[in-house]
Parts: sequence; C-alpha cells; structure tokens
Amino acid sequence: MYSFDFARPTSVADAVAALGQEDAQALSGGQTLIPTLKQRLASPSVLVSLSAIADLKGVSAEGGTLSIGAGTTHATVAAEAGAYPALAELAGQIGDPAVRNRGTIGGSIANNDPSACYPAAALGSGATIVTNSREIAADDYFQGMFTTALEEGEIITAVRFPIPEKAAYIKFQQPASRFALVGVYVSKGAGGVRVAVTGASNDGVFRWSEAEAALAGDFSAGAVEGLAAPSGADMISDLHGSGDYRAHLVKVLTKRAVAKANG
Amino acid sequence: MTIRFDNPDRPNSYIGKTVPRPNARKLVEGRGRYVDDIVLPRMVHVAFVRSPLAHARIEGIDAAAATGVKGVLRVFTGADLAAVCTPWVGVLAHLKGLKSPPQNALAVDRACWVGEAVAAVVATSRAAAEEGAALVEVDYDPLPAVTDTMSALDADTPVIHPGLGDNLAFRRLHEEGDVEAAMASAHKVVSARFRTARHTGVTPEPRSILVDWNPAESQLTAWHATQAPHMMQSVLAEHLDIPESRVRVICGDVGGSYGIKVHVYPDEVATAAIAKVMGRPVKFIADRLESFTTDIHARDHEIEAKIAVAKDGKILAIDVDDWTGIGPYSVYPRTSAIEGNQVVNLCGGPYDFANYRARTTVVFQNKTPTCQYRAVGHPIAVAITEGLVDMAAAAIGMDPVEIRRRNMYADDAYPVTSPAKMRFEGLSHHASMDKLLTLMDYDALRADQAEAMKRGKRRGIGIASFIELTNPSPFMYGIGGARISAQDGCTVRMDPDGSVVALSGVTEQGQGTEAMLSQVVAEGVGVTPEKVRVITGDTQVTPYGGGTWASRGAGIGGEAALQAARALRHSILEVAGAMLQADAGSLDIRDGQVVNADTGAARLPLEELGRIVYFRGDTLPKGLPRELVQTRHFITMDYPFAFTNGVQASYIEVDTDTGVVTLLKHWCVEDCGRVINPQLVDEQIRGGIVQGLGGALYEEIHYDTDGQLLNGSMADYLVPMAAEMPDMVIGHVETPTLESDLGAKGAGEAGTAGAPAAVMNAINDALRPLGAQVTEMPFTPERILRALGTITD
Repeated sequence: MYSFDFARPTSVADAVAALGQEDAQALSGGQTLIPTLKQRLASPSVLVSLSAIADLKGVSAEGGTLSIGAGTTHATVAAEAGAYPALAELAGQIGDPAVRNRGTIGGSIANNDPSACYPAAALGSGATIVTNSREIAADDYFQGMFTTALEEGEIITAVRFPIPEKAAYIKFQQPASRFALVGVYVSKGAGGVRVAVTGASNDGVFRWSEAEAALAGDFSAGAVEGLAAPSGADMISDLHGSGDYRAHLVKVLTKRAVAKANG
Repeated sequence: MTIRFDNPDRPNSYIGKTVPRPNARKLVEGRGRYVDDIVLPRMVHVAFVRSPLAHARIEGIDAAAATGVKGVLRVFTGADLAAVCTPWVGVLAHLKGLKSPPQNALAVDRACWVGEAVAAVVATSRAAAEEGAALVEVDYDPLPAVTDTMSALDADTPVIHPGLGDNLAFRRLHEEGDVEAAMASAHKVVSARFRTARHTGVTPEPRSILVDWNPAESQLTAWHATQAPHMMQSVLAEHLDIPESRVRVICGDVGGSYGIKVHVYPDEVATAAIAKVMGRPVKFIADRLESFTTDIHARDHEIEAKIAVAKDGKILAIDVDDWTGIGPYSVYPRTSAIEGNQVVNLCGGPYDFANYRARTTVVFQNKTPTCQYRAVGHPIAVAITEGLVDMAAAAIGMDPVEIRRRNMYADDAYPVTSPAKMRFEGLSHHASMDKLLTLMDYDALRADQAEAMKRGKRRGIGIASFIELTNPSPFMYGIGGARISAQDGCTVRMDPDGSVVALSGVTEQGQGTEAMLSQVVAEGVGVTPEKVRVITGDTQVTPYGGGTWASRGAGIGGEAALQAARALRHSILEVAGAMLQADAGSLDIRDGQVVNADTGAARLPLEELGRIVYFRGDTLPKGLPRELVQTRHFITMDYPFAFTNGVQASYIEVDTDTGVVTLLKHWCVEDCGRVINPQLVDEQIRGGIVQGLGGALYEEIHYDTDGQLLNGSMADYLVPMAAEMPDMVIGHVETPTLESDLGAKGAGEAGTAGAPAAVMNAINDALRPLGAQVTEMPFTPERILRALGTITD
C-alpha cells in the first residue's frame, strides 16, 4: 500500500466536493479497493470514505419498490430486504460474513466486477441506479467489465428495485472467493421477464435475450431446454472455467433459477 | 519390564489414551511464539527481489534507487553473497545418476524460475525493505523457458543447464519378472493415462527465519520455522563456513509444515549469510505470493500405466511409466528425485503379484522446484494402482472389493518382499478391509447408490488400499551422504519437585508431537502427563535428532522417549529403594508416587525423593547412583522403513449438469501399529485426508507456457475448505512393529496417500454407466463435463 490522505465526509455534497480533488477515490466497504491498494495496484492521493454518510444507509419498501441506500451492507440487505426475498437471499450469499458486514451494494454496483452478484440482481430486476445527480436505468448503467455510466466523481446514493412477481438467483460459486463463476438472476414482473447473467461474459453482466423471449410465453425451465447455450466465444475463460463451460452453466443455471422462482 | 499394552487398566496407562495436548491452550490463546513474534535488538528485515521471468540472464543490477529509500541499509546481489556462502548441489549418492547444478543463495548471472531471488534488500523495517526491493532495477535478458514435462528431453527443447548436457535429472527403471510375457498372455490388459497436478503445501504460517550472528562468540543463532533443526544446523555451518558447534537452530512454534519446511531454501540461507555479513539480526517472513512461487511444489506427474489380470481377477503384471518435472534445481539436501523414486517403490504396494516394471523420469523445467510434500509419492502411486485395479475390476465384471481381496497380501504372509523390493514386516490389508466394509456398511451403501440412481442421482463408491512408508532408517537419506539423522534421541530428567522434563530431537509443527511425547514419558516414568514438560526444537539443548518428516516422530522419537523415561524410572527406583530400604524391584512409580508394586500402597512422593536427592544428598548412601537424567536414542535396524497400510472409501455424488462432485462421506481404516493417542491419530488421518481431497478436487498450480505462475493467491489456488469436507469415519487395526517396545509406526501421511484415489474411483464408479472416466486431477467440474462429452472443444 502506498500512502494517501483520508477524508470521511458526513454528507453526499461534501463527498462529491472531496472527490473533486486530483486522483481522489471513493471508498465504500473497501472489499475490492483495499486489497487492490494493498497489492499496490492503485495509488489514489486521497481516499474519500462514504461510510459516515447516514443518508446512504437503509432499506425501505414502498409501493412495490424496494429502495436500498448505496452504503447499506450486504448483511443488512440480507436481513432487511424481506420484501424482495430473492434479493435478500442473493445478498446473504455474497462472499463470507466479513465481506457481507463490510461490503455495500453501492460499492459493488459502482465497481461492476464482472463476477459480482448485485449487477445481476439490478439488471435482472430492471432496477434504477440513483446517483447524486440523476437516475439511471440498469439497462443503461452497466456498460461492460468494470465499466458503468457513472461520471467522474459521481456517487451512487441508492438502488431502487421494482419488486417482481417471481424472481430467483442461482450462483455457481468460485470455491475460494465465492464470487459467481456464473450467476443467473431471473425475474418475472410488470416489466416482463428478465434473465441477467453475471460471471460469464467478458462484457460483464448481460441479459440473455433468447431466454427472456422463450420465458415470456412460458415461464418454465422447460422453455429454456430447447435453447442453445450462448456462445462460449465471448465468455470469460480462466483457471476456474473455460468460456464453453461458462456458456454451458448459463443454460443450466437459468433453468434452475426459473424452477426456483416458480417455487 | 514390558508394558502390558493389552491391559488398558494398567497403572499409568497413558499410551493408547487421548490426553490433552500440553500446548493447545497456549496456541488457542494466541500465546504461541512463532518466528515472526520474535523481535531482537538491532533487528533488520530483508525483502527479496524476485525474477519476473522463468528463465533469464541477469545482465546487471542497479540498486541506486533502492538504497535511496529511507530505512534501506544495504542491497545484496548474488555475487555479493556467493563470496560468503558456498553453493550446494541437491544430489544423493544412492539415487544413481541424479544430477543437478550448483545453486546459490541468490541467483548469480541467471534466474531459472519465476520467483527465484536475485537480490536482497535489507532495511530497518519490512515496509522499507519492500519499498527498496521494488526499486531495484534488474536488467534481464530473457532465455527460452522449458515448461512442458513430456517434451523436456526432446532434441529441439533448449537445455536449461548446458553444463549438464540435457534436461534429465534422474531416471530409474525397476523390473521384476517378465511384464511383457504376462501382458501378452493375460485375460485382460487395461491401460490408462493419469495426471496429478502440481500442488504446494499452503502452510498457515509462511516460511520464516530470523538469524543473528554474534561475532564476539562466533555463534550463529537461527530462529527457524523448520521440521529439521539439526539438518539446518549442519547446512548453515557448512555453507557459511562456521563450525557446526557454533550454529544453533531454534524451532519454536510452527504453524504447519506438511513437508514444506524440511528443505533448504535459498532465501533462508541468504538471510543467514546477510546476518553474518552485517552482524545484525535479520528477519525474513515469506508473504503469500512468495509462498506460492518459492515454497516447494510437488505431485506434478504424468503417468502411462497398464495392468494385466487373469480371468479370476489375479493381478499378473503392472507397468508404470512416470514422468515428473521438478523445476530447475533438485532441492537440497533431500533432492527432488525422491518423489519419482517413491512412485516406483510404492506402485502395486498392497498386492501380491509377480511381474512389475516401473520407470520414473525426472526432468528439469523453469518452474518452482518440487520436493517432498506430505505423503511423498504416495497419492500418485496409490492413484495409479487403485485406479488400474478398479478399471481391471470393471473390465472383468468383478466387484472392486472382491478384486482387492483376491490380490492383497494375506495378513499372515509377513514378512514379505514386494515386487518393488519393499520389505514389509507386518501389514493388515484384509483385516483393514473387513473393518472398512463394516464401518461403511458396504452393501447398504451399494443399495443406497442404486436407490439414488432411480431418482436420477449419480452416486459412486470408491475404494483405495494403500501402503505408507514411515519410520525411515538411514536408507532414506543418510546412505546417500546427507547429514540427515534417522536416529533420534530423548533426554528425560526429574527435577526436585518431582516433575519431569523431556527434551526431544523430534519437533512440534502443530501436529501434537509434544502431546505424544508427554504421554509416552508419563507412562514410562510413572507420572501424570501434566507433570511432563516437553522441550523440542533447539539444537543446543535437545539430543541430536532428525526432526519431523516421513512420519517418524512417534515411531522413532516416541521410542527414544519411552526408553529414556523407563531408564529414568529405573534410576528413581534405585534411589527410592535405598531411601525405603526396599528392593527396587518391589517398587513401582504410579501417578508421581513411589508405591509397592504388588499392593500399590503409597510409599514416597517423587517430590520428597527429589528433595532428598537434590538438597539432602548427604543422607543417601555414598556411591548410590542418583542420576535423575537419562538419555536414550533409537534407530530402526531390521527394516529400512516401517510400512503401514490402510484402506479408504469415498462416497460421492456427481451433478452431471454442472460437473460438481459432492463428497458425501469418507472412511479410512489404517494400521499405524500402536496408537499412542487415538484422537491425535484420528485428526492426523482426517487432516491428511483433507489434503488428499484437495489434490483430488481443487488444488492445482497453473503455469502458462512461458513459465509464468498464474495462481499465486488464495483466491485462485483452491484449497479444501471445511464446508466442502465430508464426515470422515476413522478406524484402526493395530499391528505394532516389533522393532520397538512402543510398536508405533507413522500415521501422518496415510490420509493423504489414499484419499485422491478413493475419490477418483468413486467418481468413475458414478460415471461408468455413462461411459465416462476421469484420471486427471484435480477433478474439476469442467473436467467432469468434458469426460461426459457435455462440453467439447
């Protein structure tokens, strides 16, 4: 780790101001950033902690929408997002207890790790990413591996999930990190059927549109059976699974997620 | 007087009982003292600059920027240390033809694997040393890297060490009988290609050493996380040109070794050399990346093997062609040829058959050096043997248990010499199999498997019999010229308060050696184990010994402790006899009291005897021996090794959609001779099984074709974790060795030896109806699906 200055503002406005400094970096739960700093892979001049901003915390459900403050930890979401059980369950399976007690939904979605769980939930639910300056639909927000619609210095303040009629997430865990080797989030709600896949693609989280089309008319595992798995060519290929293996898992897990969503 | 082990109610019956570990509370309360806990006045830290290339000429090293870092005191290059530290060559005379080039503490002129230390930065803090190391500029001229084992000897493959002529480190062919003829006339011949992945030990505590050179005494003191303090004493003395008597190696608490910490590591020797040059204590603690790139690796084998069987299942011949790549150097001083040699020695181990051919080919490559890691060679040999036996059973339609029964040495066949020329004093394959089948309820499990099949669940049962080499004699290393002691000693003394101190040459790595010694000494003397204080790991204090390796601690160190304890008991009773005016033979010591042997009536507490001996010796008869310190040493003489045996079983379920293997349950029955502490032995077996399961399902060091290590972190090198582990049922058959009174053989490696084969056979049992088979470890989900043809390229 290299040395850096540390700021801990108590309001979003102060945080935005602090992030205006040169080479400033926002810090939420730090579950990715701190190891990155430790390995000297990043050297921000100032770390702006968002952990003291009360406005960024909390879970509330109202009118079919679940709102989660960006600074809310995975453990809190797991415990308090009962209005959206599939999401609460997803949060409860991220990493390990230490990660869940530190990591936040805003940090995860801002980082957009291609193997993270929350991007699948946000895209698979048709969530809205709320920032200090605007609201961004999940479909517009996720723009590729570690790439989002966020501008320099823009802070996520909340994520709003429309609560679907049915939803489920199935994750095939990388055994050590508990990240998704492949994770599939399916939902069926007012906005139709969504199938969002994390962990698999070189472009980060994506919607499997063929499966969505098939499931729109018949929301059953059988509807996915006849589909060809997505091409493995565009999939992440690493020590833990080739692109072809991941592509295969996308279909297997989609079927399982649909079956689970149907209870 | 022999100990009546058959009577569990005998006095002082601590051998064979689970007694608390004397050091457990200290460790769980965080009061252990590991090397990194030790801080000395004027201590400095060393960080190493390591090669980012698998093979490169070092054209120059510019340390100017590094020495400018605040706190950095000095930067050493390979040439600097070569002036004060001689190179070593990792060969042993009895491994005929083994060759290896001289290796220096820091690379001189050439780096040969990613992670090899090429410069050392010494600073007043670890952070400053690392900062400085990052600023050392090394001018590398890349050389071609050799990374593939099977093509290492091809004519167009570059030779890593031109002076050696080729990339062949060692080759051994062993032939017994006529394999070709047996294969030609056999009812069935089954062949397979096996692969075991490169692993490393992943010790919780990384490699650690702190070395102080005191020029006023000309004494070097090393606090070292090691399994073999006396070996290290000898090595440091020889290569730093210090009399052996002026090197003291202290091994306090150690956070796991698994064989990783029994080798000579260049960076650790460099640390000692730097301490001698600078005259200051120097500390080196490896970080996790350094552990992955510089701790020895193991198990990187590719094998073609065949088995020939008769119609009745009798094994007619086994033919094994084993290849392994060991990195650029044979590791000093135990060498990197032992693992391949063990494969030759151990294949076919449990079975009585006539025709055997095995060849191992050990080649150099530009990867981290490999060497002995827990259960050296065993998991490879057992996977080959048991994999072949199961395939043969399937080929002739025989139950896997039945084919083993028809081939295992009869329990009354001993002593016997195997086709590999291993001599077995006494094994219990059939009794162990009987016990295993009872424990697992084999028939019920087969019924459960069939029932699961009806529900679409693919379950499999795998059996793996094995032998394990323990209690090594000098035939393992000493005969080859290494100063590695196969004997071990123990000094036991009674202090004035009646308590007992035992100093042993075997070491505690966290596995419970001190508990084992405390109960052996307690029974041998006649006190309770908590009255025994065990001291290990100090070359200046303990008797000379080999330390911890090859499952020798209990069998060798335990016997020395027993003999020393009984000698002390004899000395105490001699004094007691004089004090009580009784025949010493009529007295006994029980629970710290001298008693009448026949009635058990208390006669004299040991505290009182101690008070008299040490403070009122004037009251004892002149000339009465009062030597309340006794030392005994033990070495095995009748057999080169005390082989143990056992059999494991695995019950698994394969998810044929994802390829995931779920371990449902695991069983192990093993025969380590006399069980000294049942719980310790069971946990040794379980821990060993877990390491074996890691090899079967998770662990694999990956390199790319340029020799870059791809998974140097705990996020990418998968180790078995508690949640994935099955319940393990452990049983024992006891066939004590007759070489010692204690009768103990080793138990530390049996679990690791058999587990991978058991899992492989279980997976293949589940996949066989689908026409699929896996033989390449680890059995990752993707490899399972590829075997099933679900995924194809």
